[in-house]
Amino acid sequence: MAWWAVLRRDLLLSVRRLGELGNPVVFFAAVVSLFPLALGADAALLRSVGPGIVWVGALLATLLSLEGLFRADFEDGSLEQLLLSPHPASVLVSAKILAHWLVTGVPLLLITPLLGVLLNLSPLAQGVLFGGLLLGTPTLSLLGSVAVALTLGLPRGGLLISVLLLPLFAPVLVFGAGAVGSALLEMPVLPYFYMLGAELALAVTVVPLATAAALRASLGS
Amino acid sequence: MPLTDEALLAAVDLACVRGDRLLFEGLSFALVPGTVLKVEGPNGAGKTSLLRVLAGLLRPEAGSVTWRGQGIAACAGDYAGDRRYVGHQNGLGLALTARENLRLAAVLQGAALDSAALDTVLETVGLPCAGDIPAVRLSSGQRRRLALARLLLGQAGVWILDEPLNALDRNGHALVGRLLTDHLMGNGVAVISTHQTLTLPAGVRQQTLTLAVA
Repeated sequence: MAWWAVLRRDLLLSVRRLGELGNPVVFFAAVVSLFPLALGADAALLRSVGPGIVWVGALLATLLSLEGLFRADFEDGSLEQLLLSPHPASVLVSAKILAHWLVTGVPLLLITPLLGVLLNLSPLAQGVLFGGLLLGTPTLSLLGSVAVALTLGLPRGGLLISVLLLPLFAPVLVFGAGAVGSALLEMPVLPYFYMLGAELALAVTVVPLATAAALRASLGS
Repeated sequence: MPLTDEALLAAVDLACVRGDRLLFEGLSFALVPGTVLKVEGPNGAGKTSLLRVLAGLLRPEAGSVTWRGQGIAACAGDYAGDRRYVGHQNGLGLALTARENLRLAAVLQGAALDSAALDTVLETVGLPCAGDIPAVRLSSGQRRRLALARLLLGQAGVWILDEPLNALDRNGHALVGRLLTDHLMGNGVAVISTHQTLTLPAGVRQQTLTLAVA
């Protein structure tokens, strides 16, 4: 019940601030569509580097959107009310992370097929790319929430967030882009998906607890 | 000093350090039901820090806070259900309407209230027509009233109010006085910090704690 209420609140707030909602997806589309312009219309080249470009774009777009996950709530006092609730903070925090994925990760997923056409990707590469992003973007939101929670008390957390997160994001990027590369060589892609799934499962179990603890520490400092 | 085990909320030997500055140490008090503790002191004396320690948001450097004789860390869930905190910030989602804000607060505090009950609460704090107005379009005094409305959601024994009179007009001051009196008459306790004079009826048990700048 409280979980639903928090999810609903965050989604409502995002919908009512449509301008901010569009930010990551516009950034993502801009980055990915600039590459064909810069690299020239070499179809074979685009086909081979395309999946990597999409993954890097999704990763950077997520990184940019993370600050919004707790910052506004921290500044207006909503976050302390959340932590003062008798409900477990980790459960409430998981609703906020899910809301973040729904308003940033899902729009990225939805626009990916369009960008795939722009990059001349084959239907197979498109499918594997989509599957990888479906498993990988929730992990990005989850891992990101820990870093944002840890840096909340600092006046300029942005740079630190990037430094903290790039090594954590790297495995997701490697397995996600690797899956498409493997598919193009007609090799099995399932091992990559298993790794992405394992990362997601680990993040889902550990991250809400870690983020809740980090938020308590940030509010208590 | 009253017996600590009769006290609803008590502090034993509290000390608080912010940065490298000691704000207070050796602070003890016990509040039996029906008592209000007024925390006074100049800016920077540590009033807000003390209130945050009592709310459980900040860990004290030394000492402990007890609720019904138990340390608040040991019974965090029960204490959270019985404690209401209104801090400096109102904690409102500005793009949400007053009623949406209040409904969320009720759910978070574990008090299931229907729309009629929420309307009654809004009326009590003087916002009878504000239910469907986004908080961003309310004045700062009205937002303060909406934050204070959280106190009336469900039953709570302990109220912790940080400068509750900020931004409120004269009617608002009277409202806070009225709410506090009802709460204390119902055997609650309250800890408030304020720079303004808050007049409470003579029958109310009052304690004052003055913090000095160390």
